[in-house]
Amino acid sequence: MNIREYIKVQSLAEAYELNQKKSSVVLGGCCWLRLSPNRLIGTAIDLSGLGLDQIEDTDSGIRLGCMTTLRQMETSPALADLTQGALQSALRHIVGVQFRNLATVGGSICGRFGFSDIWTLFLVLDADVELYHAGLMKLREFADLGTTRDILTHVILPKQNRKIGYESLRLSETDFPVISCAAAISANGVDCAIGARPQLAELVPGGQHMLQPGLTEQTIAEYARHVADSLHFGTNLRGSAAYRKDMAAVLCRRVLTKLAKGESR
Amino acid sequence: MKQERKFQSINHTVMKKDAMALLTGKPVYTQDLAPKDCLVVKALRSPYANAIITDIDVSAAQQVAGIECVLTYRDVPQTRFTTAGQTFPELSPYDRLILDAHLRYVGDPVALVAGVDEKAVHKALQMIHVTYEILDAVLDFHQAKDNPILVHPEQDWNPLVDVGGDNKRNIVAQACQDWGDVDAVFADCDVTVDSVYHTRQVQQSMMETFRAYSYMDEFGRLVIVSSTQVPFHIRRIAATALEIPKSQVRVIKPRIGGGFGAKQTAVMEMYPAIVTKLTGKPAMMIYTREEAMTVSSPRHEAEIHVRIGASRDGLIRVMDLDALWNAGAYGDHSPTTVTLAGHKSLPLYGRYEAFRFSYEAVYTNTIAAGAYRGYGATQGIFALESAVNELAVKLHMDPSALREKNMVREGQVMPAYFNETAASCSLDMCLKKVKDMIGWDKKYPRTVLPNGNIRGVGLAMGMQGSSISHVDVATVNIKVNDDGFYTLAVGATDMGTGCDTILAQIAAECLNCSVDDIVTRGVDTDTSPYDTGSYASSTTYLTGMAVVKTSLALIGRIKASAAQMMQCANGDNLEFTGKEVVDHVSGKRITLKDLANKAMCNHGIALEAAEEQPSPGSPPPFMVGAAEVEIDPETGHVELIDYATVVDCGTVINPALARVQTEGGIAQGIGMTLLEDVRFTPEGRIENNSFMQYKIPSRRDVGTIRVEFAPSYEPTGPFGAKSIGEIVVNTPAPAITDAIYNAIGCRFRDLPVTVEKVYEALKGQS
Amino acid sequence: MKITYWLNGKKRENHIAPDTMLLDFLRTCGCYSVKCGCETTNCGLCTVWFDGKPVLSCAVLAARIDGHEITTLEGLQDEAREFAMYMGQEGSDQCGFCNPGFVMAVLAMVRELHNPTEEEMQDYLVGNLCRCTGYMGHLRALRSYMAYKQGVKA
Repeated sequence: MNIREYIKVQSLAEAYELNQKKSSVVLGGCCWLRLSPNRLIGTAIDLSGLGLDQIEDTDSGIRLGCMTTLRQMETSPALADLTQGALQSALRHIVGVQFRNLATVGGSICGRFGFSDIWTLFLVLDADVELYHAGLMKLREFADLGTTRDILTHVILPKQNRKIGYESLRLSETDFPVISCAAAISANGVDCAIGARPQLAELVPGGQHMLQPGLTEQTIAEYARHVADSLHFGTNLRGSAAYRKDMAAVLCRRVLTKLAKGESR
Repeated sequence: MKQERKFQSINHTVMKKDAMALLTGKPVYTQDLAPKDCLVVKALRSPYANAIITDIDVSAAQQVAGIECVLTYRDVPQTRFTTAGQTFPELSPYDRLILDAHLRYVGDPVALVAGVDEKAVHKALQMIHVTYEILDAVLDFHQAKDNPILVHPEQDWNPLVDVGGDNKRNIVAQACQDWGDVDAVFADCDVTVDSVYHTRQVQQSMMETFRAYSYMDEFGRLVIVSSTQVPFHIRRIAATALEIPKSQVRVIKPRIGGGFGAKQTAVMEMYPAIVTKLTGKPAMMIYTREEAMTVSSPRHEAEIHVRIGASRDGLIRVMDLDALWNAGAYGDHSPTTVTLAGHKSLPLYGRYEAFRFSYEAVYTNTIAAGAYRGYGATQGIFALESAVNELAVKLHMDPSALREKNMVREGQVMPAYFNETAASCSLDMCLKKVKDMIGWDKKYPRTVLPNGNIRGVGLAMGMQGSSISHVDVATVNIKVNDDGFYTLAVGATDMGTGCDTILAQIAAECLNCSVDDIVTRGVDTDTSPYDTGSYASSTTYLTGMAVVKTSLALIGRIKASAAQMMQCANGDNLEFTGKEVVDHVSGKRITLKDLANKAMCNHGIALEAAEEQPSPGSPPPFMVGAAEVEIDPETGHVELIDYATVVDCGTVINPALARVQTEGGIAQGIGMTLLEDVRFTPEGRIENNSFMQYKIPSRRDVGTIRVEFAPSYEPTGPFGAKSIGEIVVNTPAPAITDAIYNAIGCRFRDLPVTVEKVYEALKGQS
Repeated sequence: MKITYWLNGKKRENHIAPDTMLLDFLRTCGCYSVKCGCETTNCGLCTVWFDGKPVLSCAVLAARIDGHEITTLEGLQDEAREFAMYMGQEGSDQCGFCNPGFVMAVLAMVRELHNPTEEEMQDYLVGNLCRCTGYMGHLRALRSYMAYKQGVKA
């Protein structure tokens, strides 16, 4: 890797200005950087002096600074409570504790990795992201934004009265998921996201009210079929599109069945 | 010669002599020891599976600041050699050059760059301009034989020994052996099984990748310090490849971070060596994990056709095993590994009237396979034990009962094992014990759990050898020092297994002293006694016997010295107790301490002995492994619940180390069965070139592994010991696949068994 | 650029290139216990402590340690020797190449987790790969070691 200059910025304004150059990179946990030994970086921007590694628990939601590590999130009682344990399910397979002590929520979101367990879960949590220049927006809007030279400063998880569940399927315990599924249910309907398709996680379009009659074996099975039918899947080293499609339905069914029984994990 | 006495060092857990240094992070590995000014050496590698370099221009690369040299095929000696670490004359063909104009697989080196640091070398690598003539490649080993595309068309392809190879037909080795009238017996059998099994390449994935550094010493000799299992073979290979006398090469082996056979091949030592030879400067090359996954020496891909004929009541009467072996681009360990597919699987059974073992090892334009624990027996045992498990189904017999009826027994001659006798064999005890451990009678074949998951159990027998009969040698040197401590010089290479400690335990037992009184030192080809190296499971058995032989010789010299010092007639009637030499007739005695110190002044008998031990036989260790799996039928996910195994490695020299060897081998077998698979693109490039894409088992992937021992007593082994190093990887594949069959009725003959394969098979069933 | 940091309790100053990685930097400082086993953050061999937290030094820019404390196994020798006795008794040191990273993770775990279950220990240490032992020997050593540590605390 070649970095021409490294700057630990004193303010977000400084970071934003430096980041407008195409050769600039905002540093997250740097784990992904390790994988790019030949990458040429003009300015490496370090936000770690700006106190953005805090988890703020408020009445309306939990506000995560972009430099909050996955390990901080994993061990936060407030997040365990808000996500009903789903966050821990999502994170515990990710490489190891050392990795999660480095990887940041900002880096995970901005990286837009197809395998990202966080994207899958945060979509159904109706997460907001705060950008320095563009301000507040929904995570799903941020997904449509594409690559941006803006700086993501916070992720906000609203406190809503919903039941949350998460499941993933992996070839081995610390591998990327073959497919992942998160669901959130309230009186108003269901939100479901499928990740590692292998593409980036997506919210399932439509079907929000299919579970209105109640969480029964039949409604769950129908909804799971809808999930499998309404998204695109692909083939890679870890699995075929057909397998992912079938497994999306299986995982969805399992998450919803657990929520119906009142189990959180 | 079974000994009933209580041992003081043998069969005791002794901490490895290097344990404290390793666990506290001391700098004892190759990279830690290298001179700081070593040139960094890296290779430019072929992007094509089969190509000729028609032009290569290194002028721009040579101009990069900090570059010492850029080498191409024009700069290297033209004598072909093999990188396989085997006794000379090797059965492996001499089919390599250090750098060749003909590139035979993706990753074959095109050029070597040596410079002051990595940045300069990386820059220079990008500035080498190569024009390739891209040729069609033969990537499928089924299509290799007699394919018009030849992997080795060259005139100077050089097999030293005829193993049935023919480079004009892409054949590295072939043979067929019949014993008894195979066809007649088959015709007379009530039940037959006829199946084909396919195992893929898997990477040893030791934690320390391949690395070596070299320098010219004060005598103008080339010194290679390498993380290798075969220092003496490296010396010979380097001399051949570099066209210099063997007396001009010295090889030193420091602590090694694992090998498992990968380092029984001179994977990369020649590259820094040629740089040092041509520049006179120290040079080091450290393989990245990517290189250790793509230009390494993995286990051979194999397709094995097994036919078994049996009588209605379960007597196995005839076995026919035919192996197709994928050598890859270079012969290396192909002619040797392929022979174990039959010779170290068929002898598990002892009642057949006929057998046939035939094989073909073929060249392809893919990564050259090498030596990996098991060395061909692993693939053969997967095929044979799976076929026997299929036979059990056909016979409606419990697979354990089928084995009880047919397994080889102690005292039997093994016609498929070079007619050696199974002088030590407690396979029957292993089977009985492992059934208890796993709860076979209750759990066979399957249990359906309340949540819909299904559990099944399966088992398999395993065997290996102990050194290579009529080939391997081990020499050992022991001397007495001041105050009576010993130095044990060995040529066997400890790659983490703890053989340095185990050999000291054997010496301590013979010399009646504490293990702490023995300093073990190895390996430096200038000063260590000759040993073929650590492979073929030879260190405990063969080098161990050399230790016994040498200890006895040394005791003779101690007694002779004492006799002289005490003015007794001769040493024969004296007793050496370990602490002193006693003459019971006169009552005179001298302590070892005094004797050792006195021997350094006006004394004429060297308190030193060296003995060489050949291997007249290769007594097989045996084991039985049983697996319990749990299958999620909705996803195809296979969870390993429990793996129990009982091992007969003869007398267990160090129980803790033997246990850990077994557990480690089983974990590798689990990886081979469920997780690991070297995958190729259509152009022949390896896709999974990292630990991110090639997943070895983590500590949450292996379930519980339990190990017990059922020691027989091997009369030709040190205190009754056999080997354990390789056998341990041989049972998981057939045991786990049969557990899966017993759980869900799906037979997998193609490894690895992935979730998707299980899911598809289950779908196909319903 | 200049960095000022603490390495195993001693304050130090160095000039580094901005793209120097902590793993390589620590080895040039003489911390040979820190090893490289892969290029993809998967093996855990390079584990060191950053302000007392276990991290992968292969993924940390040396520039980032400015003002911070780094601990390697060289700075934990007494504790390492204590745990080493338990590993050594099981023979689970084996080739030793994964040992430093593993010991760093274990000693971090002992500080972070209180009375962990076996499953919690396995979870904590899953990022440390080993190819020699099959992990059972590690677990046996951990059980004995943790029992000893609980006894000491009590």
